[in-house]
Amino acid sequence: MTRLELDTTIGPPRRLTTSEEGTIMDTQEIRSSFAIHANRRRIKEWILTKAILGATLVALGVLLYLVGSVLWDGLPYLRSEFFVNFPSRFPDKAGFKSAIYGSMWLGALTLVFAVLLGVSAAVYLQELAGKGRIQSWIELSIATLAGVPSIIYGMLGLGIFVRFFGMGRSVIAGALTLSLLVMPVIIIAAREALKSVPDSIRMGAFALGASRWQTVRDHVLPAATPGIATGVILAMARAMGEAAPLIMLGALTYVAFVPESIFDSFTAMPIQIYNWASRPQAKFHDLAAAGIIVLLGFLVICNSAAIILRSKWGAKKP
Amino acid sequence: MIHTHGSSILETRNLNIYYGQKKVVRNVSLRIPKRTVTALIGPSGCGKSTLLRTFNRMNDFIDSFHYEGEVLFEGSDIYRSRTDVTEFRRRVGMVFQKPNPFTCSIAKNISWGPRINGYQGDLDELVERCLRKAALWDEVKDKLNDSGLALSGGQQQRLCIARAIAMDPEVILMDEPCSALDPQSTLAIEDLIHELRENYTILIVTHNMQQAARVSEHTAFMYNGDLIEYDQTSKIFSQPTEKLTRDYIVGRFG
Amino acid sequence: MSSSQRWAGVSAWQQWRERTVLRALFFCALISVLTTLGIIYILVNESVHFFAEVPVLDFVFGTEWAPLFEPRHFGVLPLVCGTLLISLGALVFALPIGLGIAVYTAEYAQGWWQKVLKPILEILAGIPSVVYGYFAITKITPFLQTLYPETEVFNAASASLVIAIMVLPTIASICDDSIRAIPKTLRDGAYALGARKSEVIFQIVLPSALSGILASFILAFSRAIGETMAVTLAAGATPQITANPFVGVQAMTSYIAQVSMGDVAHGTIEYQSIFAVGLMLFLMTLAMNLLSQFIVKRFARKYE
Repeated sequence: MTRLELDTTIGPPRRLTTSEEGTIMDTQEIRSSFAIHANRRRIKEWILTKAILGATLVALGVLLYLVGSVLWDGLPYLRSEFFVNFPSRFPDKAGFKSAIYGSMWLGALTLVFAVLLGVSAAVYLQELAGKGRIQSWIELSIATLAGVPSIIYGMLGLGIFVRFFGMGRSVIAGALTLSLLVMPVIIIAAREALKSVPDSIRMGAFALGASRWQTVRDHVLPAATPGIATGVILAMARAMGEAAPLIMLGALTYVAFVPESIFDSFTAMPIQIYNWASRPQAKFHDLAAAGIIVLLGFLVICNSAAIILRSKWGAKKP
Repeated sequence: MIHTHGSSILETRNLNIYYGQKKVVRNVSLRIPKRTVTALIGPSGCGKSTLLRTFNRMNDFIDSFHYEGEVLFEGSDIYRSRTDVTEFRRRVGMVFQKPNPFTCSIAKNISWGPRINGYQGDLDELVERCLRKAALWDEVKDKLNDSGLALSGGQQQRLCIARAIAMDPEVILMDEPCSALDPQSTLAIEDLIHELRENYTILIVTHNMQQAARVSEHTAFMYNGDLIEYDQTSKIFSQPTEKLTRDYIVGRFG
Repeated sequence: MSSSQRWAGVSAWQQWRERTVLRALFFCALISVLTTLGIIYILVNESVHFFAEVPVLDFVFGTEWAPLFEPRHFGVLPLVCGTLLISLGALVFALPIGLGIAVYTAEYAQGWWQKVLKPILEILAGIPSVVYGYFAITKITPFLQTLYPETEVFNAASASLVIAIMVLPTIASICDDSIRAIPKTLRDGAYALGARKSEVIFQIVLPSALSGILASFILAFSRAIGETMAVTLAAGATPQITANPFVGVQAMTSYIAQVSMGDVAHGTIEYQSIFAVGLMLFLMTLAMNLLSQFIVKRFARKYE
């Protein structure tokens, strides 16, 4: 019995037989060639390991330098005037007020539209839809939209909201465009969150005679909320940083007022930063850096909220 | 065979169940008498859980599921009658293999089902009554607003039973309700089943033959999709007719 | 104790409400289809007017792009060349570094450092592209000019470098996932033969994770092509066919942005031309994304 087992596992020794016949070097030679090889292998290993570490450090270094230089250039301009003044031809008088307000308006409206659209679509697709032709069209569309460059969304917004619906270059047109832009991101994140809700919860509710919608509304959605919120926050951070689609809508204008209704024209933080950065004078570049600090500060808050939410939620999951 | 005095509450006639091409339940005819505890036993994959889930149409969620034959509840075919499936599930409750309390408070875990089904009575009173019936009241009465997930596994399962009772069902289906629990909690659940048999018809799938012997009046043995033998529990365990049943009970396989 | 009068059951109003909610949700899901169709409609509709005046072949194969001044030329190749010069240049830097980061985070980094590293790198992806544009013109271009004084104020190289930084997290995170998806049995097999760690990674793991790595490269390429603000700020507005990264070029996206920032009237050929360029851009990115999805699907379940 024991010998039989040994026989079946004796692969390598059998190969040695062929080497004894002279087709390969004998074991002594093989070992010495291993020894010569070992040094080369050790050096190769060392180089590759350092190269990989180097790649990571390069990325971290660039990030540090980027943040550091922006802070260095921009901080001196972050005075109270910067927050209360409107843009100006004179860098010393120029401020960020209309851009901050414009971004707030855009952000708030986009949040409402994008969450409504994105979460509803995700709930429909993940919880309620069957597997029909329309569903596969929807899936295909979402996959396609997720890869469309943001400037093309701007062209869509220009054609549909600005011209066809006659909204002009208004806050609402901008917000609707940004909502469509981040909708695929929210749908994908929300579906992931819904997917991670264990099926036993649904079964438990169905077994009590709940309908699909009752089950989703009262049990699945609440359980998925932290995950959905994380996705929404990250999507909003993206929307707040987008300039290209807004520039397509024609938002790159001198705006020396704060929007008072959704039909007013507007500017936004990334647009104003672009405006300043594209001028040749160095002082405007420093203003751009100050604007970037404000924008990044906002995004950092968003992202940390998402990270905290994710870690708390991750800890709670069974 | 079982001679049902009184009427049977659940019945299958020549039931075949398929998942896609695969036949998982073969030509099963079974009558479950009212207000009894019936155990379904058999090795894993024999179709007992599938059969159980047919009684409240939980198989509907499996795309490839289809069936032939009849499944009757109080004499009417549950797959063909015009009754709403949700109304029907209210009357046939279910307790799952793993405790699955909802992510909300203990009280809400119980009151949610009645509320969505338009219960008109006092919900607080209902919560207390169901928790008492499930022998959980004394342990949780001071923390009704705590999360259901904060309870121990055995308590969670009793909460799930309380949740099922709150719907005032006529039948309670139990799919290996103790398989994820420790012996102490298992004992508590078994005691509870004894209490409940006065008011409800209970159908329990179990792997544990001692448990089947302890809690049930009737036992059905299934093997490979076939219903091999169905009789008084005492008879199944002392002098089974079929050799296959005897082999399973003495532990030759499964 | 059987069913009693206390159960009102499901009312007609409740059923109506449920159906309405389902329809509303379905409509929201349908918006994504409408958006896709809307994009295609807008791009094609204006392009049709454009191609009524400019023959398609002149557009696709023309080597001169001068849409705003007489004599006008609508040969798109200089824009395509600008886009490719910038994005391929970006990939030259981003691919090895991104893959290196992925290997480091998946195989070498440990404990809290590994946990912290990924979110930090994701910050790079969260920085808006206009910030990278600022970084390119205020920091990278001056740096390039000290290295190589002939560098123009607007140049492809600095756009390439910032786009490389932008797409690093895309490459790193997808490669990281696909490296982690390679089962342990494969590595154990390699280690059992006496392989060193770097040999296991570069000769066993990476070839097995090739589909994910390729997909990440293509996705990064697609993102680089569609990038607008950094390219507009850094690379300039000189449409020309060149392989020299130190001179100004115009990318497809920066042309679209340039026209929309000016006062071009609706209905003119300049206005229509941005939709023709947009259509081309859309088709290019679509092809890239379909290709990467195809690669992932085709090779995804090999190791399960």
